[in-house]
Amino acid sequence: MIKFLLKGLMRDRSRSLFPVLTVFIGVFLAVFFYSFMNGVLEDMVRSTAHYQTGHLRIMTQAYAKEANQNPNDLAFIGVAKLLDVLNEKYPELIWTPRIKFGGLLDIPDEEGETKTQGPVSGMALDLFSSSSVEVRLLKVKEAIMRGRMPKEAGEILIADEFAKKLQVSPGDTATLISSTMYGSMAMTNYKIAGTVQFGVSAMDRGTIFADISDIQVALDMPDTAGEILGFFPDDIYHEKQAPMVAAAFNQEFKDSDNPFSPQMGTLPEESGLTDYLGLIDSMSIIIIVIFVLAMSIVLWNAGLMGSLRRYGEIGVRMAIGEARGHIYKTLILESVSIGIFGSVLGTLAGVAVSYLMQMYGLNFGFLFKNSALMISSVYRAQVTVGSFVIGFAPGIISTVLGTAIAGIGIYKRQTSQLFKELEV
Amino acid sequence: MVEGKLIQTEKLVKIYPMGSSQITALDQVNLVFQAAEFAGLVGPSGSGKTTLLNIIGSLDAPTSGSVEVLGGKIENLSHREAAALRNRSIGFIFQTYNLLPVYTAYENVEFPLLLLKIPAPQRKKMAMDALDWVGLADRAGSRPSQLSGGESQRVAIARAIVKKPELVLADEPTANLDAKNSHHIMKTMVHLNESLQTTFIFATHDEKVMRYLKRKISLDDGRVEKDEIIKPEVGK
Repeated sequence: MIKFLLKGLMRDRSRSLFPVLTVFIGVFLAVFFYSFMNGVLEDMVRSTAHYQTGHLRIMTQAYAKEANQNPNDLAFIGVAKLLDVLNEKYPELIWTPRIKFGGLLDIPDEEGETKTQGPVSGMALDLFSSSSVEVRLLKVKEAIMRGRMPKEAGEILIADEFAKKLQVSPGDTATLISSTMYGSMAMTNYKIAGTVQFGVSAMDRGTIFADISDIQVALDMPDTAGEILGFFPDDIYHEKQAPMVAAAFNQEFKDSDNPFSPQMGTLPEESGLTDYLGLIDSMSIIIIVIFVLAMSIVLWNAGLMGSLRRYGEIGVRMAIGEARGHIYKTLILESVSIGIFGSVLGTLAGVAVSYLMQMYGLNFGFLFKNSALMISSVYRAQVTVGSFVIGFAPGIISTVLGTAIAGIGIYKRQTSQLFKELEV
Repeated sequence: MVEGKLIQTEKLVKIYPMGSSQITALDQVNLVFQAAEFAGLVGPSGSGKTTLLNIIGSLDAPTSGSVEVLGGKIENLSHREAAALRNRSIGFIFQTYNLLPVYTAYENVEFPLLLLKIPAPQRKKMAMDALDWVGLADRAGSRPSQLSGGESQRVAIARAIVKKPELVLADEPTANLDAKNSHHIMKTMVHLNESLQTTFIFATHDEKVMRYLKRKISLDDGRVEKDEIIKPEVGK
């Protein structure tokens, strides 16, 4: 019987091709948007962790209150000791100090007079050591557009776009005008080793990268850092483990009465992503529910049209002696076959296109020219295990639901009218 | 084949509500059909032919009175039991053939056997035999769209008789056919009636059909006006 029904299904394109195409398109869109949202969210989380907060961040309480202003006068002194403690107590994480700073970057001409000048935000991190976790996480080497990695003290990297704006090239000199942690003016000359592009508009607009030892000297911050970041080795934020580490650390080291005692925060807390991610999660659920409902209505309509078109066939089958329940079951079986087939095709196509977008991405940088968010300019999808299963729920549920509703008409049909109807 | 009495109606009444009034489609119909009859319900439109066929075929239930088909009371059957009776013992032939368009002639004929869960080898033999009875074994692989009206109706007959039912109900089977095809169809049914001892009951007002009937029951306004055993004008 199943073979017989499938044969009919294959031959009647309006029962197979059109519904399969509908399911295919719906599932394809579901898979693609799911992967796309995954990619964007994952990228946002990763970028925020890499450039702003790490998976865990330690600052003094005073620094934390004004962290968005990079208040280096409130930075943590005695970094080496704290790093030793962290490495001993929490060896499962990689700990690295950073200094964020602001100032002016002055580009002198051949006579030492200002040629160009612009406000700059800087990030000091470990660039020199061969085992630098920062270079690996931020993919600094891969981000170099021109020139090379800094090799020795006094060499920095500059954002490529910023370099072009300041008309400066690798090998040129740039003067950083800033302030020390004690409030004095700091002026230091650096040699530009190379230019970089991270694909994050907020950073590519006007950032320099220097080794932390150089900046500690320039800003008079020996053994001092604005923040110490902790990263899980697999570069994935572990939402259960991180809060436990933070809580244990704060219980031991945080002193509410001492504004310079350290406090540790997790990525969602530090970045304010908690509510945002919650909102996106809720939105995703709402979008999927709306999608399932919309698909159900479309497929219900398709099912109704199919049932109307098959009115004669169903009538004959009832007259021949097929029970209503059996006809209903066969319609559901057909819809399950169509749902599975369309879902498999839609998932394969959705995953394939998502994978291409994961590999190559789409540059939306023009939309973020003035953005201060750590969002990548290049949007990439991310194919996960979820991408392979997300489409099956709406694909099969909608098809079966649509058919189930449309098929109720069979039960309402008066058997006694069959002769009359079948003569029409 | 069942021998003796196949169908019996007693004081059969069927009333359809029509707005605030009622229409009496059948009124005190008392009939008995024996096995292997070749009978026709004749009469003008609205005389109750199709209603009577519906009730005999367990597609409808009487308002009052009793109908016994193959030993079972139609008025007591559930939907499922009525479907089982049709599936097992009754074949239908419609005016407009009503073949399943996506299936071949063979598959259309095979379908009732699938519902009866008959094993594949036996099913194949029975379906091909039925097509052979109607002279269409060589068109087994054709779709309904590739068949003429006469051929389509012959496939419909094969579908009705493939399970060798005790009873075949045919509602205006020749209405859409020309004279030549009508005669061909009727001769086929006469042959099957005689060779398989299948009971055929027609609802018709087609003179071409009436010429083959062995019993003619005239209905008018839901009442049996005349019930006569006749000698067919034409044989097989």
